[in-house]
This record gives sequence, structure tokens and C-alpha cells, in this order.
Amino acid sequence: MSQTTTEPPETPRPVYRQTPLRRGWAFVRNTWRGLTSMRTALVLLFLLALAALPGALLPQWDLNAQKTEEYIAEHGWWGELLDRLQFFDVYSSPWFSAIYLLLMVSLVGCLVPRTGDYLRAMRAGPVLTPRNLARLPHHVRAEIEADPDTVLGEVRRRLRGWRVVERTEADGVRTISAERGYLRETGNLLFHFGMLGLIATFALGAMYSYEGQVIVHANGHEFCNSGVFAYDSFNPGLQVDGTQLSPFCVKVNAFEAEYTDVGQPVSYEADIQYQSGEDLTTGTWRDHHLEVNEPLRTAGDRVYLLGHGYAPTFTVTWPDGETRTQTVQWRPTDTTTMLSQGATKFDPPGITDSAERRKNQLAITGLFAPTALLHGNILSSSYPELTDPAVAVDVMRGELGVDSGRSQSIFEIDQRMVDSGRLERVARENLKVGESITLDDGTEISFDGVRRWVSLQVSHDPTQGWMLAFAIVMFAGLGASLAVKRRRFWARVSPAADSGDGDVRRSVVELGGLARTDQAGYGEEFTALSRDILDLTQDRKAR
Amino acid sequence: MPVNETLSQYSDWSYTTSVVVYVLAMIFFLVEQAFGKRGVQAAERTRQKEFAGVGGGSTATASTSDTATGARQARTRTERIGRMGVALTVLGVGLHLAALVLRGLATSRFPLGNMYEYITAITLVTVVAWLVMMARHPIRHLSSFVLLPVVILMFVGGTLLYAVAAPVQPALQSYWLVIHVTAAAVGSGIFLVPGVASILYLIRSAYDRDPVKFGKLAPKLPSADVLDRVAYRTTVFAFPVFTFGILCGAVWAEAAWGRFWGWDPKETVAFVAWVIYAAYLHSRATAGWRGTRAATINVVGFAATVFNLFFVNLVSTGLHSYAGVG
Ligand code: HEM
Repeated sequence: MSQTTTEPPETPRPVYRQTPLRRGWAFVRNTWRGLTSMRTALVLLFLLALAALPGALLPQWDLNAQKTEEYIAEHGWWGELLDRLQFFDVYSSPWFSAIYLLLMVSLVGCLVPRTGDYLRAMRAGPVLTPRNLARLPHHVRAEIEADPDTVLGEVRRRLRGWRVVERTEADGVRTISAERGYLRETGNLLFHFGMLGLIATFALGAMYSYEGQVIVHANGHEFCNSGVFAYDSFNPGLQVDGTQLSPFCVKVNAFEAEYTDVGQPVSYEADIQYQSGEDLTTGTWRDHHLEVNEPLRTAGDRVYLLGHGYAPTFTVTWPDGETRTQTVQWRPTDTTTMLSQGATKFDPPGITDSAERRKNQLAITGLFAPTALLHGNILSSSYPELTDPAVAVDVMRGELGVDSGRSQSIFEIDQRMVDSGRLERVARENLKVGESITLDDGTEISFDGVRRWVSLQVSHDPTQGWMLAFAIVMFAGLGASLAVKRRRFWARVSPAADSGDGDVRRSVVELGGLARTDQAGYGEEFTALSRDILDLTQDRKAR
Repeated sequence: MPVNETLSQYSDWSYTTSVVVYVLAMIFFLVEQAFGKRGVQAAERTRQKEFAGVGGGSTATASTSDTATGARQARTRTERIGRMGVALTVLGVGLHLAALVLRGLATSRFPLGNMYEYITAITLVTVVAWLVMMARHPIRHLSSFVLLPVVILMFVGGTLLYAVAAPVQPALQSYWLVIHVTAAAVGSGIFLVPGVASILYLIRSAYDRDPVKFGKLAPKLPSADVLDRVAYRTTVFAFPVFTFGILCGAVWAEAAWGRFWGWDPKETVAFVAWVIYAAYLHSRATAGWRGTRAATINVVGFAATVFNLFFVNLVSTGLHSYAGVG
């Protein structure tokens, strides 16, 4: 807040001896004063803006890990340096938090005294009328035919809605001081308190919230929020250990997408059922229609429909007649045509020797197109809806490396196994539903059909209601502090020197005005006010 | 819902015509600005007013004498040219608005679904805001400074960023689109006006300090005080609107993306711009920051707004990538 507190004139004080303690205290006090001055707040605001910017310009770990990794790899030592300085993790970096904290301290530091001033000002009346009203930006002086009582009465009448105080000066001249627009300061304080609440709540939210994503097949599969293991990925806040998740279950029965003729999506909908609270014990399922923009809100959490995709079903029949069928989600590589990519991995059945088994693992990798479009032998997709599904697959045989201890993407095979020759391509073919390939050893692989899947996100944030409340306070305060103008008005009325002319008494009226904030706009109001007062008084007299 | 091709065609024609009309209007304003005495006169008048105000005399008399001289002023030819410029601008606004409305009718949805439509709306807001300010301040002859960025934006929008009329994707089918994007467009559109006013302010105050600088242009500008007031008034109006837009964006994000704030590039830059404008408002209340520094901050805020519009939509990828380009 513009700290224009005028220091009281220095009275000669007894000379202090400088002790380390005093010096320390002076340092603390000066730091505090500096930190809570308006200028510092301004500089901190700029720093905050500047510090937030890299987050928009550079890829960020928590938003796009893959891109971040690529960026660092591309930029060599420079990328690594930036990474070490947390430029890819701006919003949880110590330097960002430091600015944020300093701003908060600064905000508290200026709000506390300002609130005190505010409360005092609310109780105090409008200030004394200045000696020389002609010095004010708005000023009129006129001599009118009315006695001071009438004039003052008119002034009071016209100033309805203002806070008004009448005073008599030492020489008997009467004045009125008026002020209006106190709501501005109220709004201003509300705004800043709201913002303080917002900042503090935001920090709390970062600690106690979590977010998890999971892919669920849309054929009646179930997902239960029973632990971190149930998720494909999970981002906990600092205070979340994953053992206390809100219990609920979701079952996805169907998913439907609607597209225009050119393949632009029009709507996505999932038919789901859910249970939470008592339903978990009674086993009741409730129906829900999950759509984009319409999350399911249950058990204090929210469940979102984030995306969807296809999972092709393959059946492998080994020469000994053993069969295995799997439906594994493949991921869309092109969201407009839903051309997808993935890897469906099989272990040969009935082989107990693990070394032998590892040599005969199978992976079906390649592309899936919901509506096949072939350029020669190259498969692509011409439409996102399932009208003519086909796959273009490479069948790989050998060691997948799944039990090497390293975690493996479910969408890919381990390229190092291929590079080292332990995993070999044994067939490449385009298949439609119902078609199959026979490998050199007689193993048959058939493409049986397609299933849809949806990806769901579960979000938990106990603070967001508070965030909304503080945001509303802040916004209302902002409105009041910008729309309301704080202004002052004074009138000084004295009997005119030559008044003695029978019973017509004349007064000298001096009016003055000052806008406390932005001057613009008060001129017109002042002109109207003073004209009203002077005219009205005249009219009344004339009647 | 099918797209009505005829209406969409009319919308495009309307758009193009409005750009042409704005360009014509700009020529008229340039004539007024360059050859007219109006610019100098307006500058003189504001200076008189200033003296009257500062002198502390009766404001009532100052303002009446001011309007009296204004009324008595003969309408010179350049003055008429300026008025024709205003008429053309109003016509342009009509066509501009028609382009947007016809888009909405053609697609049966709210016409703020891609970057082309968004730019159309922003520039419309800018011109309307300018017309409003023009009615209250002696700044008519400066109109080409505002119409220039408007025409450039509309040209870029209508060529590079043009998107055919089509329905929007599911994520945008929400009434929050109407609220959030309208508020953001109105806020950003108005911010263009203080941006231009602040640049002119910097030119004018550089000249006031040293008359060698900008000797050709600056004397025709209104006094720094008027420019400062135009900038402040518009910013103070746009800031809460923009704030509202950001808050609604957060509420929508909670329903659409699973969190109300996630430092998505667009969110981040909006935050940065918001902080800069908050700093502008504070700077006007801080000793030593008023005037040139405040104006500079406002220009920086405007730069952030434009950056948000182009860079974030076109270069970076985030959840806000609904631009309908590339
Ligand atoms: C220590 C920190 C702060 C101080 C001392 C402070 C002080 C003030 C003061 C004195 C005003 C009234 C200005 C006037 O007379 O018009 C004000 C208004 C305002 N403040 Fe702050 N403020 C601080 C932090 C912030 C922060 C962090 C923000 C936003 C990011 C902010 C945003 C605003 C806005 C938008 C207004 C309304 C503008 C206006 O009334 O002119 N303030 N603040």
C-alpha cells in the first residue's frame, strides 16, 4: 500500500548505544518495512510473472514428460543445466516458491496495518474543511441570496448518501465536510484478503490432492479406487501416500463417439455405473452418463472421461492346439483418424522351462485402423469410427524381455531385444477381422475383433470449494475497488459582508472537491453538485 | 448439425468488406491526422483545459468556455474528413458484427470456436471500445493508430488462420465456452486500446521532455494527460472482465480437464498478463512509477496478451490447442 505515512517530526532522543541486539532488531525491522512496501510488492509481482513464464515456453515434466526428455536430449549440457535448475519443473521449484512466499509475506505485511487504518477511518468522520478551498482541483465560490442556514440545509439535502459532518470554525463560520465511496477501501481489502486466501489454499491443495489415470475396457470392465496399484499412472500431492483413497467403483458398459462426415468428433459418451458409500456394501450400482465436460462426482472425487481408443483381439493357436486370446489396448497415434499403435504380447503355454519359454514368446505389433485405407500395402485410416477395421502387424518371436525386471510400456516392444537379435520378425501381414496368418512353425494368429476402451481420470482435491469461495470474494472486492470512487466535498458558508439589505440576507458559499483516487470523472459530478446546491438555494428563496 | 454454406459465405464476404471499409476509414483518419489542424487544435484544447484545471479556478467556468469555443470552431474540410472516417468505422463495425453473427447462424453454435472467430471477436471489441472512448475524449484523429493493428490482425486472421465454418469438438460444447471465451475476448480486445494509447503516451512524453524527439508526430497528439486517462479508463474496465474470464476458465477447466489450474501454457501466460496489468494498476498508485513507467508496463501487458494469442495457440501445444489451425 502506498506507504506515505508521514513520520512524526524527530524529537531529539537520548543517544542509544549500538548493541548487536539493537542492530539486529533494526535490521529485521527495516527488512520488514522494505518487504511490505508497495514498491517491493510491485517488483515481486514482476518477478512472479517472469518466473512463471519459462513454464509456458519450455516443456514441463508433469505436463509432458516425453517432450521434456526430448528437449533435454536435444540441448545437451544446456538442457541438463536447465533441468538441474528446475526449469522443467517451474511451479514446484524452490525459486518459484520463494517468490510466492515473499509475495505472501509482503501481502500480509501490508494488509495488517491497512486493515487497522481502515477500521479507524470507518469510525472517524470526514476530515476538517481545508483553510483554502481555492487550492483544491475543484472549487466554486459564489455569493447568493440566502442565509447560511438555508444554504447549509440545502447542502445537507443534496449530500444524501454521503457521510456528512458539520462544524463551526473558530471565527464562527460554518462548514460541512462530506465524504463518499468508503466501499472502495472495503473492496480493496476484500480483494487482497481474497487473494491471500487463494494463494494459501492453492498451496494446501497441492499437498492434499491426487490425480490418477486408468484405461478401462468398455465392455463391463470395472475399476475400483482402492489403491495406487489400480491406476496406470498416479500423481499424489506431498501429503498423499495412496493408502486413504476415497472408496468407489466404476463399471464401463459402453462407449460411443459420434462424428461428422469428415470425421470431426461431435460427441463422446460413456455409459457407466458406479457405487460409493453404502452402495459398496449393498452392491447397488447406479447408472451414469459420462461425457466430456460432465464428470461424475462421487465420494468427494471426480471421474472424467479423458479419451478413448481401440483394443484389437488376437487369438494365437500353437501347433499343439493350445490357444490364448488377448485384447490389449492400443494407443491412438492420430486422434482424427484413430489410427492406433500397440503391442499384444503372448507367452507360449505349457512350457515349464523358463529359458525355453523365453525363446518362444510372441508379440503382435503394428498399426490398427478403424476404417482401413490401403495405399498399396501401407495401412492407414480414413475415418475414426469402426466401419472397416484392419491391422497391419509384425509378428515378433523370441525374448520379449518382460521378466528382465525393467518395466515395459504396454504399447511397445523393447527395441533393445530386437537390436540384439533376441527378438525377430517372423511375419508381416495386413489382416481384416476374421483373417489369420500361419507362421513357419505352424502357429496360427487370427484377428478376431475389436473392443473399445476409455481412459478415465480420477481427481481428488478437498480445497477446491475454498478456492472458488476466495475467488468470488476476490472478484467482488475487485469490482468494488475499481468501480467505486472515493471523493470528498466541502462547503464553507459565511454571511456576506454587505448583507443588511432589509430581510434579504446574502451568503458567501465556497465549495471544494477532491477525488481521493483517480481524478477523472469527479469534475462532472462536482459541477452538477455545486450547480444543484447554488440553484436550489436560489429557487427556494425565490418562491 | 450441418453447416449452412450460404450463410457462411455471406459471413466471409461481410468480413472481407469490413476489412476494406476499415482500411478506407484509416485513410480518412490519416488525412485528418496528417494535414488537419484538428490534431494540433485538439492538443491545444486539452492543454488549455489542463491549465484551467491546474490553475484552480472555477471548473464550471473552465468547462463551459471550453465547449463554447468547441462549438464555435468552424468545421474545416479535414474535420469533415475525420467525421467521414467515423461514419465508415461505424459501417465497418456493422459488417464486422454481421460476419460474426452469420458465422454463428451458419454453424448453429456460438461463434467463438476457433482462432479465426476469436480474432474476429477481439478486433470487433477493440473498434467498439475505441468508438466509445472517442465519444468522450479528443482522440478521433488518432483512430488510424488503433485501426492499423485491427486491420493487421483481421488480415492475418482471415488468411493464415482462416477456418471453414464447422461444428466444434466435444470439449468445447459447453455453455462455459460462451462465458469464458467471451469474457476473455472482451478483455483482450479492450486491452488493445490502452496498449496503443500507452505507446502514444510514451511518444508524447518523450517529446514533452525533449522536443527534438518525434517532432513530426508528437505535436499532433493530445496531451500526455489525456492519453494516460484513456489508457487508465480502458484498463480499469478491461481488467475485471479479463479477471472474470480467467476465473471462469478455471471453473470450466475443473469440469473439462479434471483440475481448475494446471499451468497449461495458455493459463500461465494469462496469469502473467494478469499480474502485469495488476502491476500497472498498482504502479499508478506508487510514487515514482506513475507516468512513463506505468505506460511501459501497460505496453508490456499488451505484448503478453498478443503473445498469448499467437505464440501459445500456434507454437506451443497445450490443452488450449483448439485453434483450428495446423
Ligand atoms: C504487498 C503486496 C500488495 C500491496 C501493498 C498492494 C497494495 C494495493 C493498493 C494500495 C491498492 C490500491 C490502489 C489504488 O489506490 O487504486 C491495490 C489495488 C489492487 N491490487 Fe494490490 N497490493 C499488493 C499485492 C497485490 C497483488 C499480489 C496483486 C495481484 C496479483 C494485487 C492486485 C491489485 C489490484 C488488481 C488492485 C486494484 C487496482 C486499483 O484499485 O487501482 N495486489 N493494491
